Amino acid sequence: MERKRTPLWQAHKQLGARLIDFGGWDMPVAYPAGTIKEHRAVREAVGLFDVSHMGEAVLRGPRVREAVERLTTNAVASAPAGKAVYTLLCRPDGGVVDDCIFYKRSDEEFFVIVNASNTAKDLDWFRDHTHSLCEIDDVSDRTALVAVQGPKAVELVDRLAGGDLAGLPSFGFTEAVVAGVECMAARTGYTGEDGFELACAADEAMALWTALIDNLPPGGLPIGLGARDTLRLESRLPLYGNDLDDDHTPLEAGLGWAVKLDREFIGAQALRDQKQRGLTRQLAGFTIAEDARAIARHGYAVVDRSLGTGEAAVIGTVTSGGPGICVGGSIGLAYVPVARAKPGTALTIDCRGKDTPATVVAGKFYKRTQP
Amino acid sequence: MTSFPNDLRYTHDHEWLRAAGSAWRVGITQFAVDQLGDITLVDLPKEGDLVTKGQRFGTIESVKSVSDLYAPVSGKVTAVNGSLKDSPEQVNSEPYGAGWMIELEPTEQSELSELMPPDAYAQHVAAQ
Repeated sequence: MERKRTPLWQAHKQLGARLIDFGGWDMPVAYPAGTIKEHRAVREAVGLFDVSHMGEAVLRGPRVREAVERLTTNAVASAPAGKAVYTLLCRPDGGVVDDCIFYKRSDEEFFVIVNASNTAKDLDWFRDHTHSLCEIDDVSDRTALVAVQGPKAVELVDRLAGGDLAGLPSFGFTEAVVAGVECMAARTGYTGEDGFELACAADEAMALWTALIDNLPPGGLPIGLGARDTLRLESRLPLYGNDLDDDHTPLEAGLGWAVKLDREFIGAQALRDQKQRGLTRQLAGFTIAEDARAIARHGYAVVDRSLGTGEAAVIGTVTSGGPGICVGGSIGLAYVPVARAKPGTALTIDCRGKDTPATVVAGKFYKRTQP
Repeated sequence: MTSFPNDLRYTHDHEWLRAAGSAWRVGITQFAVDQLGDITLVDLPKEGDLVTKGQRFGTIESVKSVSDLYAPVSGKVTAVNGSLKDSPEQVNSEPYGAGWMIELEPTEQSELSELMPPDAYAQHVAAQ
């Protein structure tokens, strides 16, 4: 089947990107600099990401707040206009349909950005669970999305916007003209760095991208999906399909901060019940020392050989793993029994037949020093 | 189209071999490197180990994936590129030079005749 192309596909070709199939999209996994240099460029300077494959929708109508209130675990409907809110969409049993960001434009209109691979599923979910309380407009095909991330990102975007954007607070968003292109500019991202995500009309995306590339400061690079993944993991941002899915709840994933249980929403009762019973398993971050020379990847088993039977008991599963490019060794996330999720706990991970020692750590693997 | 060095022989698994005295030096091709992306770890056998054609002799981890290295011919490992332990990125930068992996003393000379010359390997790559 023909892979889908973003409006910036031609630019990626010209930049010499290696393109791969990502959920049906022909996307740059890395440019000639390579994933490691791209990762460091975002930590030290600025990186540009084409994330136009992500899905976007507008929910609007006089009763849209009631609809959004039902769909979202976080306090989205009651947020002030101009605020972006990270939230989960849950099933009645508390399993996660998707994680996404809602942008409240007014009491009668919300914009939402969802994971590319979940776009069709999420739009169906919205339609099935809002009972005609609002109009749902899928704008994915006519919307492009460019992320500008890193310590030099704000200066770059602010300059191209005529000095209007540096004052935007974290998770604030606004309409802005960047390099002559009308954008929705949000102070958000998926790298752990400061920066913006810029949504614009698909047919204007090339003008925006070209202006950003032409104005990149020294050290700035375009960034492929390879580094997008290593950056988000280092900052311990979850990835749907790896760390989040139907079978795990946001509480198990450590996202309780994005779940406001004093509200009524789809899955609220199941999550309140789970909280009252207590969790049995939890998503834990782990590090593997450099000298172990191993990377624990998605799907590898966390094992316990202390049972004395000679057989290893599988006590958990790695959901994400990769090299800790800015923190050394390798890092990852795994669902493990709550008793094994405490920081400092020693875990054993079966890395392709080799028992590999790992240590549970709290919080982000990488935390930026600037606010 | 990528061209492949003329003095090398190649396998379907994207490894190259270069005669080095009575031994053969082994590495992976530019095509393999391009597919893997940035390489972060290379696990190799020890000198003196015996390897069997088609069997795993090591692993190579890139940022995104892990792959097995298969012995191109059966033989005894006579040298290992120890510098890859600390600098695996040499495989990316110089796959036919500093990024070599092991040297093998073949035990079955007939297996060498099954290796591909550059033009056959280029066709194999073009068909991927």
